[in-house]
Amino acid sequence: MDIAQLQAYGYFIMTAGLAIGLYAYIYHLYSKRKDADGVDYENYSNMALRDDVTDTPVNDASSDKKK
Amino acid sequence: MNKNGPLEYDYSVSKLFIMNALFVGAIGMLVGVIIAWQMAYPGLNTFLGDGLAEYTNFSRLRPLHTDSVIYGFVLSAVWATWYYVGQRVLKVSMAESKTLMLIGKLHFWIYFVSASLIVTSLLLGWTTSKEYAEFEWPIDLAITVIWLLWGASIAGLVGFRREKSLYISIWYYIATFLAIAMLHLFNNMEIPTILATSPAGETMVGAWWHSVSMYAGTNDALVQWWFGHNAVAFVFTTPIIAMIYYFLPKESGQAIYSYKLSLLSFWGLMFVYLWAGGHHLLYSTVPDWMQTMGSVFSIVLILPSWGSAINMLLTMKGEWQQVASSPLIKFMVLGSTFYMFSTLEGPIQAIKSVNAIAHFTDWIVGHVHDGVLGWVGFIVIAAIYHMSPRIFRREIYSRSLMNTQFWIQTLGVVLYFTSMWIAGITQGMMWRAHDEFGNLAYSFIDTVTVLHPYYTIRAVGGTLYLIGFLMFIYNIYKTTSARRVEEDELQNASPMGA
Repeated sequence: MDIAQLQAYGYFIMTAGLAIGLYAYIYHLYSKRKDADGVDYENYSNMALRDDVTDTPVNDASSDKKK
Repeated sequence: MNKNGPLEYDYSVSKLFIMNALFVGAIGMLVGVIIAWQMAYPGLNTFLGDGLAEYTNFSRLRPLHTDSVIYGFVLSAVWATWYYVGQRVLKVSMAESKTLMLIGKLHFWIYFVSASLIVTSLLLGWTTSKEYAEFEWPIDLAITVIWLLWGASIAGLVGFRREKSLYISIWYYIATFLAIAMLHLFNNMEIPTILATSPAGETMVGAWWHSVSMYAGTNDALVQWWFGHNAVAFVFTTPIIAMIYYFLPKESGQAIYSYKLSLLSFWGLMFVYLWAGGHHLLYSTVPDWMQTMGSVFSIVLILPSWGSAINMLLTMKGEWQQVASSPLIKFMVLGSTFYMFSTLEGPIQAIKSVNAIAHFTDWIVGHVHDGVLGWVGFIVIAAIYHMSPRIFRREIYSRSLMNTQFWIQTLGVVLYFTSMWIAGITQGMMWRAHDEFGNLAYSFIDTVTVLHPYYTIRAVGGTLYLIGFLMFIYNIYKTTSARRVEEDELQNASPMGA
């Protein structure tokens, strides 16, 4: 196998891998709906809507330290 | 800030950047309008007399226009919004850390001094001749420092944050920071000529500030357009998406239509954009496969671009009456529409057969301007309109002035890109036309004569946009002394006077 063939196989595998990865990510987002912290992804929009310095964070950074 | 008072966001750095964006925006656009009229009426190249022709001709002023609107106007606005949005969505105040405040102030003032040096050096004609990267090595080093200071500010605010997750806008700001850092460093690899030795053995060649690129020929072109196209991606696209993902939901009171789609489009854009720059070098000496790759990735780029744009437009679902009632929402909705439009137009131009006509013509200039005037300019204007009442604690001076500005500038953009479409395609067709023996049908001056009316229309369009921008500056200036507002008036829709 010469270098051009290797490049072609590499290119195909990489493209297919990225496409599969992308679809897997879409499937993951829409089937799980929540991230590892148990927060619904759509709730994160509230980070912009409730952004006063005194508003309760959507996902409090200090909650990790308490655990 | 009162130490014993309640914690508040501190917008002092943001305010400095807003003032700079308004000032440099006006200068950069004025220079753009001057050179547009010079294209239509070449006599204007010496509008200050023959003695000063060196400083007033098109070729001296053109980089001043591009660099001041890109790196003066847009970057100032990006940083104004970073020092505003960054605090708010991370729920950290700049007032909480003296170090962060010092970094922010240094960031602004070093940037301001460097920008003055850039304007001076470009007017004097000191240039590396690399498009959009004309600055000589001492300025490149200053830019690196400015960029690192911004990085320190991002790291600082993110590090102190109360909100554990990073809002989608923050991802886009971080992407902007990382990508431009990489682009700036690699495209500006250069050797000061005083360190070089000429083939004849001379040393200490040229002025101390002058440098030559470390790349040559096709390699230089490849690096240059990898840089050039991604500068479009990471100055005109990602930070502007960061802005609209914050300001549109906030101003309309509507949650982003689909937060998941915003994540998907983000990663899609990151993977695809970096490969598309090759479309600037179609039919050149770069390898054929690389040209094809540039074309293919440009077409694929429609998907993530439209993913973001549709997400922005659907955020207004059920609330379309706000588009009619609020000029601020109008700017953002039309801005998103122009984003869809130019991210479809770009890929079409990147198709090889279309590019055979479009390359080197005014259609490219038209494409750039429907993107920057319609998308970038409108979103920046909307962002500054939204921030001003919160920063100055006053209502926006005049809604009707804002509406008038919107329609004048929209007309300006439409005149600009339609005239450049016609001019570009006419040019492309005339350059290619030949008789049955292969002799060219037209000489260059034939195209110039035919294009004159369109160049005039373009200059009129640009002038209208500049007039609208001056109205914008006046409106913001008057806002600083308008009616005071209370905190509860600032939750969503910005308060505006008649």
